[in-house]
Amino acid sequence: MTILQFVLWSLLKVAVVTVVMLMGIAYTVLLERKLVGRIQNRYGPNRVGPFGLLQPLVDGAKSFLKEDLIPTGVYKPLYLLAPILSLGCALISIGVVPFGETTVGPGGLVKQGALSFFQISDVNVGLLVILGVTSIGVYGIALAGWSSNNKYSLLGSLRSSAQLVSYELALGLSLVGVVLRAGSLNLRVIVESQAHHGIASWNIFGGFQFLAFFIYLMAAYAETNRSPFDLPEAESELTGGYHTEYSSMKFAMFFMAEYGNMITVGCVATLLFLGGWTSPLGDLIPAPQNIFVHALVPMFWFVIKVFSFLCLYVWVRGTLPRFRYDQLMNFGWRWLMPLAILNIVVTSLWLAYR
Amino acid sequence: MHLILFFLFAGFCLAGAINLLLQSHPINSALSLIVVMVSLAVLYLMLGAEFLAAAQVIVYAGAIMVLFTFVVMLLNAGREDRTRGSKAARAVGFPAVVAILAMLATVVLQAQGWSGVILGSHITSTEEVSKVLFTELLLPFEVTSVLVLIAILGAVALATRGSGNPTANGERTAGK
Repeated sequence: MTILQFVLWSLLKVAVVTVVMLMGIAYTVLLERKLVGRIQNRYGPNRVGPFGLLQPLVDGAKSFLKEDLIPTGVYKPLYLLAPILSLGCALISIGVVPFGETTVGPGGLVKQGALSFFQISDVNVGLLVILGVTSIGVYGIALAGWSSNNKYSLLGSLRSSAQLVSYELALGLSLVGVVLRAGSLNLRVIVESQAHHGIASWNIFGGFQFLAFFIYLMAAYAETNRSPFDLPEAESELTGGYHTEYSSMKFAMFFMAEYGNMITVGCVATLLFLGGWTSPLGDLIPAPQNIFVHALVPMFWFVIKVFSFLCLYVWVRGTLPRFRYDQLMNFGWRWLMPLAILNIVVTSLWLAYR
Repeated sequence: MHLILFFLFAGFCLAGAINLLLQSHPINSALSLIVVMVSLAVLYLMLGAEFLAAAQVIVYAGAIMVLFTFVVMLLNAGREDRTRGSKAARAVGFPAVVAILAMLATVVLQAQGWSGVILGSHITSTEEVSKVLFTELLLPFEVTSVLVLIAILGAVALATRGSGNPTANGERTAGK
């Protein structure tokens, strides 16, 4: 494959994934509003289109048409940079996530190396790339709060920085057990290590990584600033938190970044703990002969798993009250961190003496 | 291709470093330092050290610099006044910098046998790095970890001095 072909093929994949991701973000918002509505005994949005399905489009149009005002006291360069940084990082990290098998068709009709489907780039240290991009995304929130020149924004961004630094440690350590089992940081290899016996070889069940999954879940809620750890934007204390001074599309960009991060976190949980695109029945179902069916079945499993993870997110948001700040820090440092280290020790002992 | 990328990111790195010195506002300096760190990560990647590149972004750009900006924001540090600088510092400083750079360059080049490094698509995998780290370089690695532990203990000791009994204090806020 020449460089030109490679660039064109990559651009095509980037365009498709970005469009799908943006649609996914829009409909995750709808999913959340619908589900939270049901949890609170009301209907949720149901006026625009059948079952309110066109609501995201109308919301998007609304935020485009709102007046885009910039307060006088803000530090302008960083005020404008912050939402771009947030949304950019949220969209970049999906670039290393594999959505399905590279070899398409029975007997691998399209082999790896020719045209790789279902992943923008296959990186050896894919897991670390996702962690790195997420940690750069913190600056979006931190700078937004600081440059707004508003005490609520500043408090929100200070909380967010402290929370992210604390929980990133637990998040990273909880993934070490999975990496130890797979022996690689490549997301594709990690999925293939849990592919063969269906649900019994998934890391969460067969790999006995349920403790790590629990820690990852908690830390991921904190990383994406979601309830019950949504202190950076606690409405009752900080009006809007770090995005108090933002309006129109800039506010919408923060909003989209949050939901984009939710989807990415769901994808990573699926890949690392729930067997990625593999079916829960493993090799019991024979591989379908039709090339299109063969390509689409893994996609179906992947989307189902990410979807249930997002539903879990919303369920938790509708159920649990917000943590207090000292509770948040205590929980992160005194419970999650030691548990994550314990998990690493036990997993490595088990791998060494098995 | 690799050469173009090298000059691009080396340029970013230098521009960030110069900007870091020229900016009078602490937060702009901190952001320039982040640019320097991320461009360094890209340079590591082009030398084939992918794990080092990822670790550079996660640890330096992601964690340490977040703490820097956190402190700058928390103390609400304002714009600094520009001074002319002392004559003595200028007289000693520039020759000293040149001498140190020349010394470092000599040592590194000597270790490489006076030949350059090759930019390219070769990759040193994480497995190879960890094998070297945990066999040949085990002693320096462990000594470094002890050093870091001592630094942590020192920081905790300094932070809790003067605030009375630290554990009782912590329990009281937690149970309030």
